[in-house]
Amino acid sequence: MLMKTYTYTEKKDTRSGFGAGLAELGRTNPNVVALCADLVGSLKMDKFIEENPERFFQVGIAEANMMGIAAGLTIGGKIPFTGTFANFSTGRVYDQIRQSIAYSGKNVKICASHAGLTLGEDGATHQILEDIGLMKMLPGMVVINPCDYNQTKAATLAIAEHNGPVYLRFGRPSVPIFTPEDQKFEIGKAVKMTEGTDVTIVATGHLVWEALEASKALHEQGVSAEVINIHTIKPLDEEAILASIAKTGCIVTAEEHNYLGGLGESVSRVLALKHPTPQEFVATNDTFGESGTPAQLMEKYGLNSEAIVEKVKAVIARK
Amino acid sequence: MPNTQHLKDLTIQVRRDILRMVHKVNSGHPGGSLGCAEFFVTLYNKIMDRHDSFDMDGIGEDLFFLSNGHISPVYYSVLARAGYFPVEELNTFRLINSRLQGHPTTHEGLPGIRIASGSLGQGMSVAIGAAQAKKLNSDNHLIYSLHGDGELQEGQNWEAIMYASAKKVDNLISTVDLNGKQIDGATDDVLAMGDLKAKFEAFDWIVVEIKEGNDIDAILKGMAEAKSKTGQGKPVCVLLETIMGNGVDFMMHTHAWHGKAPNDEQLASALNQNPETLGDY
Repeated sequence: MLMKTYTYTEKKDTRSGFGAGLAELGRTNPNVVALCADLVGSLKMDKFIEENPERFFQVGIAEANMMGIAAGLTIGGKIPFTGTFANFSTGRVYDQIRQSIAYSGKNVKICASHAGLTLGEDGATHQILEDIGLMKMLPGMVVINPCDYNQTKAATLAIAEHNGPVYLRFGRPSVPIFTPEDQKFEIGKAVKMTEGTDVTIVATGHLVWEALEASKALHEQGVSAEVINIHTIKPLDEEAILASIAKTGCIVTAEEHNYLGGLGESVSRVLALKHPTPQEFVATNDTFGESGTPAQLMEKYGLNSEAIVEKVKAVIARK
Repeated sequence: MPNTQHLKDLTIQVRRDILRMVHKVNSGHPGGSLGCAEFFVTLYNKIMDRHDSFDMDGIGEDLFFLSNGHISPVYYSVLARAGYFPVEELNTFRLINSRLQGHPTTHEGLPGIRIASGSLGQGMSVAIGAAQAKKLNSDNHLIYSLHGDGELQEGQNWEAIMYASAKKVDNLISTVDLNGKQIDGATDDVLAMGDLKAKFEAFDWIVVEIKEGNDIDAILKGMAEAKSKTGQGKPVCVLLETIMGNGVDFMMHTHAWHGKAPNDEQLASALNQNPETLGDY
């Protein structure tokens, strides 16, 4: 059986996809405003600021205040996009998001860069691996983790059209661009990347590329893997997952996040309720990260394509 | 425009509402509510330029944000009596399936409320955001906010205070309810905040002091002065000195009634001190 394969000609950071999307929104949607807590360069917000200085709010190193101001800006019809690292976008300001944004139903887009281990050398203080869990637990919060530059740009455009709070998670390192430039991003709609019959691999964020690499290796070993790109963790595309496991009978979930509270657990709930199925988790094992290069960290903590291949073999053995 | 006598009558009625609301469910925060009754009544009926109907975006009108959400009884009473929702609904305060939650929220769609508050220290940031939205919309109306004095112990306030002056948010009047008390006792004993006037001025705010914060004429004069100082490139702070539990002799000058409801006997005594003026709900 032929397998759809993905290649790339260019690598770019997903945060630059956010920056490009935000710049485009600056030109097309006059209600979009942006806030940043002293990380403009890291978040790639420069272009938006250059073109729309009156719609940008530099709040300094004061993330709690930033979340409150963003909530207030919605009163008057603005669509605020906040920008800082994932750690400071979630854990540091959880109660501000909970009360002033989520419970208050405010149309704020919390845009978080440098998520996960691939932040690299700065180490565990900055490498949040709990943010998906924190944010998906908030009623009404949409949680999105796109996989490459193009998808992050498309997601940035799409969330401006969604009325309600959104957590958009992306990263620091340059990674392959393998999804189409002109894609339409549908919140809550999974993207089937490859057709397969032996195992379903559901991946989010940087792990989607790793899952595709794993599927190539598995193909050479005679294992047919169906790779699904779950860019939206909440609301979860349950139908896509159930349709795939009906064919394959087992599933591996892959994410740059703690297995507690992440995508894997959301998938487990669906399986437990609708169709109990063997599942293995590619995720960090309830641990903090550490300093190192992104590739070293992804290898050490079991988040690369080799780790996915191993888990696929383990889950097939359990069928 | 209502005259001062009407505002005084309304204040007494609001006190009755507060007392009856917290008594019915044996919970809620009467002390701070009573202390701010004159302020709320004056703000909503004489100071704010507001629309009669409620719209979340509040374009073309002054807006108010309550940061110390636990004084919801006075807020609900004044909103209802300003016509945002039926006064009979005050009967549902803190009951299951009510729009009048223990702390104010937008979640149940109660007209008049624009943000949830209760977890302290967040309201000034929200007020600043709304003020900056007004500027973007070329809307010349003002944003008012109210904060407890104990609430200023929350660090987020100081992020907001620093930001508001740095960014010249001069369409904002933030009032601090200086009653000198919080749950565990006097603010000076719990965590002394020193000279708040000097602190706000050091952060480059314009400060207006209202020494008689339970006197309607003093509030009118002070808030008019505060209003006259907007638009000068600086945010305006009003330090409003109030008496916790004002209008009920046994509740005054003590923190004991911060979050405690009166029993039947105490309610009767409190209501006797505040005879019905505009009609109970």
